[in-house]
Amino acid sequence: MSKLRKYLGLTLILLLIVTLSGCATPAVNALGSSESQVKLRSIQTRAFDTTDKKKMMQTVLSTMQDLDFVIDKADFTLGSITGSKFLGYEVVTMSVTVRPRGEKQLLVRANAQYGIKSVEDPATYQDFFTALEKAIFLTAQQVD
Amino acid sequence: MSKTSRLTKISLIIILCIGLVGCVSIPTGFLKPNEGYLEKRQLQIRQYDTTNEKQILAAVAGVLQDLGFNLDDSETDVGFVAASKKADATNKGQVASAVILDILVGGNNTARCDKSQIIKASVITKPSLDGKKTVVRVTFQRIVWNMSNQIGRVETISDPLMYQKFYESLSKAIFLEAQQI
Repeated sequence: MSKLRKYLGLTLILLLIVTLSGCATPAVNALGSSESQVKLRSIQTRAFDTTDKKKMMQTVLSTMQDLDFVIDKADFTLGSITGSKFLGYEVVTMSVTVRPRGEKQLLVRANAQYGIKSVEDPATYQDFFTALEKAIFLTAQQVD
Repeated sequence: MSKTSRLTKISLIIILCIGLVGCVSIPTGFLKPNEGYLEKRQLQIRQYDTTNEKQILAAVAGVLQDLGFNLDDSETDVGFVAASKKADATNKGQVASAVILDILVGGNNTARCDKSQIIKASVITKPSLDGKKTVVRVTFQRIVWNMSNQIGRVETISDPLMYQKFYESLSKAIFLEAQQI
């Protein structure tokens, strides 16, 4: 009986250590990311068979508005768009860049942050590109 | 024995709670359009019978100024204007009920009352699909601070009145700009 109790107590302490240390992050992680650079790029980037940068940017803007984002900044020369939306008490910010790839394609890259965390889930970005595809009537192609 | 197992169960639940709260995971599916997005489009979009996008954008900037907004950023090449304004957010009813609650029950409910807010507006213009009209879409957000100067609430504004007011003013402004007033 007492042995069992001791055993249980030890397990509990171990569990507590595991749960509490799970969140530990190094002090300086300003440039950190848990995914590899190449993998992150392929998750966040798609190519489209068009060279109409203006139309692509306008479609990105309206897709983001459909997703409840309020656009904070946009720059045609750089092809960059930044917007934010609220999920409960958290702020989601997303930047999208549109730039030419070769002669016939445009590269669209999106990266999102949820609160203080970078979003690195492939499915989340896929949702965005699916919505964008529908809006521009073109297929988003995976880039290697 | 049964007492020990109950204790263990409770501790396990507590630890699980700590674990779940400590590392808030990122929700999925927030970049997927939800069901209400077509209705929202109805509310947020108007079309104007002109292909002169620059004129519409100038009118939009004028309207935002009329409504007391400061222009934060703009990019005419893609038809974009962003603006924001600070405003009072105090609600007499909310303050009164908080004061009564403080007196009756105690606590510090008045500190949690809304005090001030920043309203952000962003406007996108683009040619319509047939190319004969200009489509305007505005979205509003607000951040509300409470009496103890903490952010109390953040939200996307979906009040139809706000959008109606904006487009009423915009229609007037487009008319005024056309008349060079």
